[in-house]
Amino acid sequence: MHYSFDFSVIWDNFGVLLAGAWLTLRLSLMAVAFGLVIGIVGSLFRTSGNRLLNGIALAYVEVIRNTPYLIQLFFIFFGLPAVGLKLSAEQAAIVSLAINFGAYSTEIVRAGVESIPKGQVEAGLAIGFNKLDVFRHIVIPPALANIYSSLVGQVILAVLFTSVVSQIAAEDLTYAGNYLDARTFRSFEIYFTLAILYLAIVWIVKALAYVVEARFFEFAKYRQ
Amino acid sequence: MDEFTLSRTFINLIIATKWTIILSLIAFVGGGLVGALIALMRISSNKLLSRISWLYIEFFQGTPLLLQLFLAFFGFSVVTGINLSPLVAAAIALTAYTSAFLGDIWRGSIQAVPRGQWQAASAIGFGYFDQLRLIILPQAVRLAIAPTVGFLVQVIKGTSLASIIGFTELSRAASLINNVTLQSLLIFGLAGLIYFALCYPLSTWSQQLEKKLAYK
Repeated sequence: MHYSFDFSVIWDNFGVLLAGAWLTLRLSLMAVAFGLVIGIVGSLFRTSGNRLLNGIALAYVEVIRNTPYLIQLFFIFFGLPAVGLKLSAEQAAIVSLAINFGAYSTEIVRAGVESIPKGQVEAGLAIGFNKLDVFRHIVIPPALANIYSSLVGQVILAVLFTSVVSQIAAEDLTYAGNYLDARTFRSFEIYFTLAILYLAIVWIVKALAYVVEARFFEFAKYRQ
Repeated sequence: MDEFTLSRTFINLIIATKWTIILSLIAFVGGGLVGALIALMRISSNKLLSRISWLYIEFFQGTPLLLQLFLAFFGFSVVTGINLSPLVAAAIALTAYTSAFLGDIWRGSIQAVPRGQWQAASAIGFGYFDQLRLIILPQAVRLAIAPTVGFLVQVIKGTSLASIIGFTELSRAASLINNVTLQSLLIFGLAGLIYFALCYPLSTWSQQLEKKLAYK
């Protein structure tokens, strides 16, 4: 083994990686934001008591959770143009990531809502809160506290999933790595650096999550 | 070029599914063995072992599986000069990925067994490994079964990324057929259906186990 490591390819092409990281960040944020909206609507469907709405949401959740993201991405990017829905690589990436995150967050949010005992709602109504206030002050804070760590875990998985969009030539961080690898053949240096960059993003998300938890969900530590 | 009729497309996808299943089994067995070691290191009172296993879990849980595959396939061959076949590279990367998650799940299951069980076992004279083997693990296994079956679904879905380093399993077969026929909606729909048929029973089983084996 006479390989000499040369990480200069990283410094020389830092701009390319930075541009890729920027798209990765934007994709992650949009996937989580849109996915959460889908998740909240989906969880309302799941808990509505209406069998049709529940069935639709359940089918959506099961189909997405039991098929690989790669297939979902290809289905949307390569498949949908056949029915007249042609999306750019970035659009397909955002739509597929949001649909994927939405399915997981549907179940997480549902679990949160169902974790609040009915008695708490009734008690809130009994002491004169209106429904909205009960929801805001009695249901939401402990429900969020209950699902917070699962939600953060799912956000991290979503960030890591974004790497797959490089396969439809959306120019994210992994795509930037493929691009540099094809030109320099410094595969190890490039992919190892990329892995460390993703790890850094994941640790930043974890650190932010910890700060938010300490600030907003302190109360949840003393329950039970 | 032969015509790709619907039935021929379907048969080709089914044949490729064999490799999805084989790769999943390799990753699950390999990942289970390494994962058991990682879990034991993680609960060890030896600081160094515990730190190493922590870093291992952080790395493989905190980086994309796709990059782990690239490192095993492209990175390894560039550094060592040894060319791994796509199957071997995929098996190594998926084993590492699976072991990190299973190691973490099993560490959680072991640590969920109340401390009093360790103390009681110690009080009646069992040594560390007998405490673990006879008292703790039987209870931990009960807790671990449902999430372990659930994770098998993630492994099966994860094997789809092996297609990107050129291993011909279900996803790559679908891509190849799609390149010829361009019937993307149908082909990726069928591939999704086959994945669903593999994963859904496991998901359902995992949920049933979770209800049945909840710690009482």
